[in-house]
Amino acid sequence: MTAAEIITLLELQFGAAIIGKKTDALDPFVIVEPAKLVEVCTFLRDDPRLKFEILNDVSGVDYLEPDPKKAPKAGFEPHIEVVYHLSSFSFPGRRFTVKVVLPRWKDDKPGELPEVPTLCGVWATADWQEREVYDLVGVRFVDHPNLVRILLNDDWVGHPLRKDYEFPLEYHGIRCR
Amino acid sequence: MTDSITHGTLFMPPKQPDPTIVEFDVRTDEMLVNMGPQHPSTHGVLRLVLRTDGEIISEVTPHLGYLHRCAEKIGENVTPIQFIPYTDRMDYLAGMNMNLGYSLAVEKLAGLKIPEKAQIIRVLIAEMNRIASHLVGMGAYGLDLGSFSPFLYAFREREHILDLFEDVCGARLTYSYLTIGGAHDDLPPGWTARCKKFLDYFKPRIPEYHALMTNNHIFVKRTANIGVLSKERALSYGCTGPVLRASLNRTQGDPDWDLRKTEPYSGYEQYTFDVPIPPFEQAPADAVIGDCWHRFYVRMLEVVQSIRIAEQAIAKYEALQAEEERVKAELAPEIAANPKGEAAARLAELMRTKYSHRVEPPRTLPAGECYVETECPRGQMGFHVVGRPSKEAVPLRVRARSSCFCNLSVTNELCRGCLVADIPAIVGSIDIVMGEIDR
Repeated sequence: MTAAEIITLLELQFGAAIIGKKTDALDPFVIVEPAKLVEVCTFLRDDPRLKFEILNDVSGVDYLEPDPKKAPKAGFEPHIEVVYHLSSFSFPGRRFTVKVVLPRWKDDKPGELPEVPTLCGVWATADWQEREVYDLVGVRFVDHPNLVRILLNDDWVGHPLRKDYEFPLEYHGIRCR
Repeated sequence: MTDSITHGTLFMPPKQPDPTIVEFDVRTDEMLVNMGPQHPSTHGVLRLVLRTDGEIISEVTPHLGYLHRCAEKIGENVTPIQFIPYTDRMDYLAGMNMNLGYSLAVEKLAGLKIPEKAQIIRVLIAEMNRIASHLVGMGAYGLDLGSFSPFLYAFREREHILDLFEDVCGARLTYSYLTIGGAHDDLPPGWTARCKKFLDYFKPRIPEYHALMTNNHIFVKRTANIGVLSKERALSYGCTGPVLRASLNRTQGDPDWDLRKTEPYSGYEQYTFDVPIPPFEQAPADAVIGDCWHRFYVRMLEVVQSIRIAEQAIAKYEALQAEEERVKAELAPEIAANPKGEAAARLAELMRTKYSHRVEPPRTLPAGECYVETECPRGQMGFHVVGRPSKEAVPLRVRARSSCFCNLSVTNELCRGCLVADIPAIVGSIDIVMGEIDR
């Protein structure tokens, strides 16, 4: 089953929940409405034609050009993408990518993290992977059982992989730069 | 002499009742025990917080991040070639495999074709590093279980591989040898002969390891039927590599789950090798599929397959080298007569597509993104590289998907209900490297 066929199948099943798609990319993907993400992913995992049993990677990408001079030429509007890379065990070699597009801040209020439903109930690996995305990129995974920082300390301020992140001058009396 | 003692076999006392049953009888208050971060058997700086009742574990909480070096943030600020040395420091026991994974991801994004010779070098070097890495995995696992000698044997052999790598690139741990576009340098003259000599020396040593560990009664007692991971849980937790393979069962029709077979890269489809998947004939009676013993044994069998691949790669490299010399000798008179003629152009073209160890990568990355996984010694290592739409040299995002990170996340599930003394056996059997988990 090619990526184009998978996308057609998803569009038939979920219609308006599939907001965008790209079949000619290196890794073809669909963009899913956040509210329907769990439903779409459960379908991707359980449907006998698809069988994506493995969630390989959850990766958050911050699309922002912090330099105001370069921003007009950056080629993208500021937003955050959470990218889910799936692969199938029953059909070795089959891969697929699901994306969720979010605003950089919820309701455009700086400091309010954007929200996505968690996939912990679909794949157990989502637990740690989503904690890492929360920690480094700053995306709130709603209904996550234990959404705390995983790599950084619990009292760390900010999310370092945001493009406008400012490195702290000191941390508990330790000079940082 | 009693009947139970026979010549040549070790006398073992009759089977003791299960210690967990005794422990449940004398249940007391729960206790939080801190293990690490500098515990010698946690393979780096991993801190485990154990919730125990006497000897029984009810919960294990790993605390990570002690070795976090912001690799992904650095990746957003340097060009791909500059980032190669940082990949070395992820899984520092298999630096070559990390270099290869990142190079493949950038090459896929840039649409770069790699010459045949570079691909052969990559396979050969990656398999040698896999052997070295599994040797450390084996030796350190012996340490975890309290037997010191396997570690010395493993490091004796690994030393030879490091010497070979030093000849190739000058470094012994952080190589940065496989780079974007191929390999940094060609193999030095006579290197393949030395490599072959090492493999011939190494092959007879493998039965020694099996005598030392695999069939060792104490080792089997410590590992068999401990930390059993089912296939479904392994898949759900995203476990890969030997951890997942040890939970598969060929009699139930599970595939050869190895990226070198299912999604071959760097020409792995041209090599003959097997993927070790249980059930194994040599398994002791107590061992069940998915336990610590199987995870260890899969690694030992992978070493043998890596030797097979390395030998084929050496043969291919030598054949290609001979072909290159022949073609150059054939074309030499023509080129000497007409240095800018058709023959020179043909040789240049052949060098670019076949006989070269490296091609020049493009200066900028195109827009778009790609995700590439490779089969590293510890599992599937993935790199997600996003290029900037304004086509700059520096990527917008570099994400490293760590295999050990996912493998480690299953520890809580594996350790629940086991004894404190089994924790090193279970965590050691996952064979983690903290540099890769914390990045």
